[in-house]
Formats: sequence, C-alpha cells, structure tokens
Amino acid sequence: MDPLLLREERSVRALLKEVDALLERVDRELRIMEVCGTHTMTAHRSGLGNLLRKKGLRLISGPGCPVCITPDGIVGAAAALVTERPDIVLASFGDMLRVPTPKKHLLHLVPAKGSTVKTIYSPEEVLDIARASPGKQVVFLAVGFETTIPSIAWTVEEAERSGLKNLSFITCLRLVPPPLRAILASGESGLDGFIYPGHVSVIIGSQPYEFIAREFSVPGAVTGFEPVDLLLGILSVLRQIEGGEARVDIAYSRAVRPEGNPAARRVMASACEVTDGEWRGFGAIPASGLRLRNRDLDAFERFSLAYDFSWENMACGCGDVVRGLIEPEQCPLFGNPCTPEQPMGPCMVSVEGSCLIHYKYGDTMWTG
Amino acid sequence: MDRISLSLGSGGKLMREFLRTLILRHLGNPCLDGLADSAHLEIRGRVGFTTDSFVIQPIFFPGGDIGRLAVAGTVNDLVVSGIKPLYLSLSLILEEGFPVSDLKKVLSSVREAAAEAGVMVVTGDTKVVRRGEADGLYINTAGVGQVVAEPGGIEGGDVIILTGSVGDHSVAVMVARREFEFEGEMESDCRPLHGLLPLWQMGVKWMRDITRGGLATILCECAEGGDVPVFVEEARVPLSAPVRAISEILGLDPLYLASEGKAVVIAPRDRAEGIVDFLRSLPAGKSSAVIGRIGGHERKGEVVLKSISGGLRLLEPLTGELLPRIC
Repeated sequence: MDPLLLREERSVRALLKEVDALLERVDRELRIMEVCGTHTMTAHRSGLGNLLRKKGLRLISGPGCPVCITPDGIVGAAAALVTERPDIVLASFGDMLRVPTPKKHLLHLVPAKGSTVKTIYSPEEVLDIARASPGKQVVFLAVGFETTIPSIAWTVEEAERSGLKNLSFITCLRLVPPPLRAILASGESGLDGFIYPGHVSVIIGSQPYEFIAREFSVPGAVTGFEPVDLLLGILSVLRQIEGGEARVDIAYSRAVRPEGNPAARRVMASACEVTDGEWRGFGAIPASGLRLRNRDLDAFERFSLAYDFSWENMACGCGDVVRGLIEPEQCPLFGNPCTPEQPMGPCMVSVEGSCLIHYKYGDTMWTG
Repeated sequence: MDRISLSLGSGGKLMREFLRTLILRHLGNPCLDGLADSAHLEIRGRVGFTTDSFVIQPIFFPGGDIGRLAVAGTVNDLVVSGIKPLYLSLSLILEEGFPVSDLKKVLSSVREAAAEAGVMVVTGDTKVVRRGEADGLYINTAGVGQVVAEPGGIEGGDVIILTGSVGDHSVAVMVARREFEFEGEMESDCRPLHGLLPLWQMGVKWMRDITRGGLATILCECAEGGDVPVFVEEARVPLSAPVRAISEILGLDPLYLASEGKAVVIAPRDRAEGIVDFLRSLPAGKSSAVIGRIGGHERKGEVVLKSISGGLRLLEPLTGELLPRIC
C-alpha cells in the first residue's frame, strides 16, 4: 500500500472529525501513552500531538526507545572495555554510540591501542567485521526490543554455527510488556489508555498486552506509524473508553496478527533466555530482559566486565521522561544546555527519543 | 604505467609524460596545450569566480563520478550566482598506487561534462601523496565566468520553484557504497546546470543549487539571508520512487538529502508559469514544480513547512549527520 494514502491531509481530517465527536461524548481530560518512540515521532512531526492536546487528549511518551532505556551502566561497561583493552572493535548502532556521558560519547572516546569504535546499520554486519579482523576481539553493543532481537539472535546463532571465536556481545535486550506493568502497578502516571507499538507487535502479536485490559482495565490498541494509523489507534481507544470497555484492539491489521510471528520468536527463544532486566528510570524489572544462552558469547563473561555507573549523568531527566512522569520540557536541562547539538541524555540523541522529538517538533500544529 | 607512482611528483620527465599522455590527451585545448604556468583569458565585463573541492567515496557511482561532479559542482555554483561559466581549473591530488585506468575514466568524465556545460579547462595541477595520505583521488576545481545577473530583491508574494526531484544523489551514493545492501538502478542526478542560465532573463531573482544539507537547508538560508518568511508544502516537493522508498525504510527525511543537479529558484508569481514550462522542457527539469512562496506566515527568517498530513512545523537546517533509525 502507498504510505502516502495513510498520510494525506483529507484522510487525517476525516478521522479527526470522529475523534472530536468521541472526545465530546467522553467529556474529560484524557492521558494516552504511546509506548513506542516512532509513534511519538508521528504524533509530533504531523502536528497531531499539539492539536489533540488542545482538544483535551494528552499523548504521553512511554519507555519505547531502546537507546533511551539502556542504563548508563551498560554504556559505561562498553566504554571501559574499548578505552582500557587493546585490539577491541566495538560495534553498535549510530544513536547508541552517540549517547552522552559525563566523559565523552563512545564515538569520541580515545580507544586503547589497536581498538576502534564502528557504526553499523544492521546486526549481521558484525559477522563480516569479525571475519575480516582475525587479530581483534569484536564486541557488538546490541540493544533493542522484540523488533530487533530476532535479527540479533540470528547473528548470535550464526556466530556459533560458523565457530567465530572473536565475536561477543554486550546486550541490553528488553521486552516491551513488563515496564508497562511496572508503570500501571506504580499507579503514578494516571493513564486512560495505551497505543501499543507496531513493529514490536509484528513479532509478539497483541496477546502479551491482554493482562493490561484484564488486570488493570486499561484500554489499548496496536497500530502503525502513519498519521492515519495513529488516529485509527486513538479512535479505537476512545471507543473503548466511551463504552466502558478495555480490550487490546489491532488497528494495524495489515502487519500485525494476534499471535505475532512465531518463527521470529523461535529464533529469539533459541538464542536467548528471559532474565531480570535493568532499565534507565525503572531500575530492575522482573523478567523484562533477555540474555544469551551461550554465556561464552557474552562479553561481560569473556572480559569480566561489570556495570560501570561512573558514566552516569545525575542531572539528566531521561529516567523520568521514559516513565511518562515528566514531559521533556519539564526537565531542567531541556533546551538549555541540552540540545541535539550538545545532548546531555539519550532521549535528546535518539531519533526515537522524546526529548529530541519535542525539541525539533514542539511547535508543530495540525492546521489542515 | 598502470598505477600512479610517487616519483611522478618530482616534476621531472615522468610528469611531462603524464601531462602529455593523460591530461592533454583528454583535456587538451589551445589554452592548455602550451603547459604554461598560467592561462591568459578573455572575459568581458564583471567577472565571477568560485572554487570547490571534491572528496567523494566511492569515486565512481551510478550516474557519475568524481570528475563529472567536480565540473558540475563548480559550474553550478557559478550559474546560480548569475554567472555564465567560461573557464575552469582542475587540480588533482592523487594517492600513490591509484589505478591509471581509473584516472583515465575520471578525465574522460571531466572532458564530457565540460563540453556539455560549454566550459574549458585552462589550467591545472597534479600532486601525488604517499599511500594512506589520501583516499584515492581528490579534485579541486575553480571556475570563472561572466556576470549576467545580480541576484537579490526577494519579496513577499514571490514563488519558490524546485527544478526537479530531490535526494537522488544521496540515495545513489548510499546504494553504491552498499551500506544498506539495497540493490537496484538508482542514478545520481549529478549534472551541470548551465541550462538554467536563461532563467536570469526570465525574471528569476534568486537561485541556489541543492547540495549537502538538502532542500531544507537551502530554504533556511533563503529565509535567513533575505530576512523573509518562507512557506513550503511537502506534498508539492517532487521525489523519485526510489528516494521515497529508501527514505521510508531508513527513516531519512528526503528534504535533507543531497542532490547534485537541482536548484531552488525564486521568481515573481506572474513569471512562475513560464519558468516551470521552460524548466519542464529541459532534460533535468521534467518534474519541476512550484513548492511554496515567500510569505504565508509572520516568522521572518524562518521556514514553515506544511506536511503532507496537514501539520505546520518549522523547518530547521541540517544538524549533525543523517543517521538511519534502528527500529
């Protein structure tokens, strides 16, 4: 399908009319969390976020940007490795390498002799890097949610199959549903509904969110990333609120099935096992992370690494931003001194980070 | 000689042979043939002068190479400044070991692009640096020409015209680098824009070619430079299907991608139709379109973009580097 159809002004206008009618009938201020950073981007880039706020519906960004929720201790461990040990090739995604620390971000560090930092675009690139660097230890700083984990897991298995001895992984692999439970259980965010992530749900389906409707009676919908998708998701949540129901709807049926993608999940399960996970802003959340089954491939084991929190920026409000407790503008650093040119925290670095999105598109208003 | 050697740089017999067999064979003309230290030129009236350096990787990409780019880049800087390009200089910085066959290809491209644009290479220089001290081949070109128009005088109500689709160069180079394992036919739009010179006689007030930083950055410079409000509509910006698709996949904004053969043109509203008709008659201007206007809001020095979905937002110049999203 042509994505332009899902972006056009007249489709947006038609859906907004329905949103208006529902908001009038519900007749109270609403808070809906969009879990995924790409939804935050859609809402703000299109100007719909500001328009909906004026109408009494506030969209709150959730913990759905992998760069943003990776704890400083993991970035610190990677930094320590590449600055202290010779002949390391540290590879990661561009945004991850630009996460600021009180020292420098990873791309600007001075690596130890023979060590380097490399930007990659796709997990399996590390296999070629490892094959091409026999004298080096290649370490992949692999972060991601269920969207990215299958391809990371495949890379891990491929490394095993081909007997690559010089490749290992520093992982921050996290699962999307557990922090949503943490947010609801803490009772501090007062949410009326959820927009569930599109890409993650292609893999896990809609079933893993059912507990939210069942146990917390909070409505929600899975949807895609075009303005029309976002509005369809919001409409489905509003209809549930109006009818006093709580379900997990799929407003993204062109990509998501309730059962997700079992083949991708098999790859994940074969390479990784569920463990407690550390999150920026949340601390440890039970059964929220994955670790490699093959402990020999875990760089923490191979190089006796430890979480290194000496890289933590205490003033940064990213932890509260990813929990939906504050909006980016409420962080004392937002805009001054923290900007995309001089970011102080990961949410101002990542293209999915809500601080960067608010900074760039904060004034955008839908007027079509 | 198969590969460029360091001894070429000593300026002796080898260099003379290099100049005769390679440079003059490809680029020879009455002005260059004497191999004098400087060129004597005939130019009437006010003279325009510019320079640019080219360091692209890969040196060869679909739709062009560093040689074509080096001619087009400098010719285009002149054309958009109201200058009819006449003469170019060509300086080569070669890495020891660079294949002579590749250099021949680059020089052929220089010759073709110069002939296309109606300019002569009249002076030049060659230096060789040790292996590892340069990345194959760097080129600097300078260009001079005759001033035919004095750009300026942008005012409220003027329209903003784009001479064709944007982002083709960026995407072609990305595909050629095999950074993303995309396969397909995608050509750079790299070309000299001498064909736009008649626009200066058609009422055009301001022109800029779109290179690094993309359309968005040029529009910001226009707004800031003229201290005027600029309004553009995303839906009117022409994009080729591959640029649209690859931008979607990688999460890149095509408004920030580079072109090497497109320009933004500003003209009075009543001239717009004639200009677009003229542009559409050119090979590089088939998708030319009016994309916005001066005015439309109160924020002087700033660009407001109306997105395809109907949102109004401020358009910022490119900051940092373009990074694809990771999920």
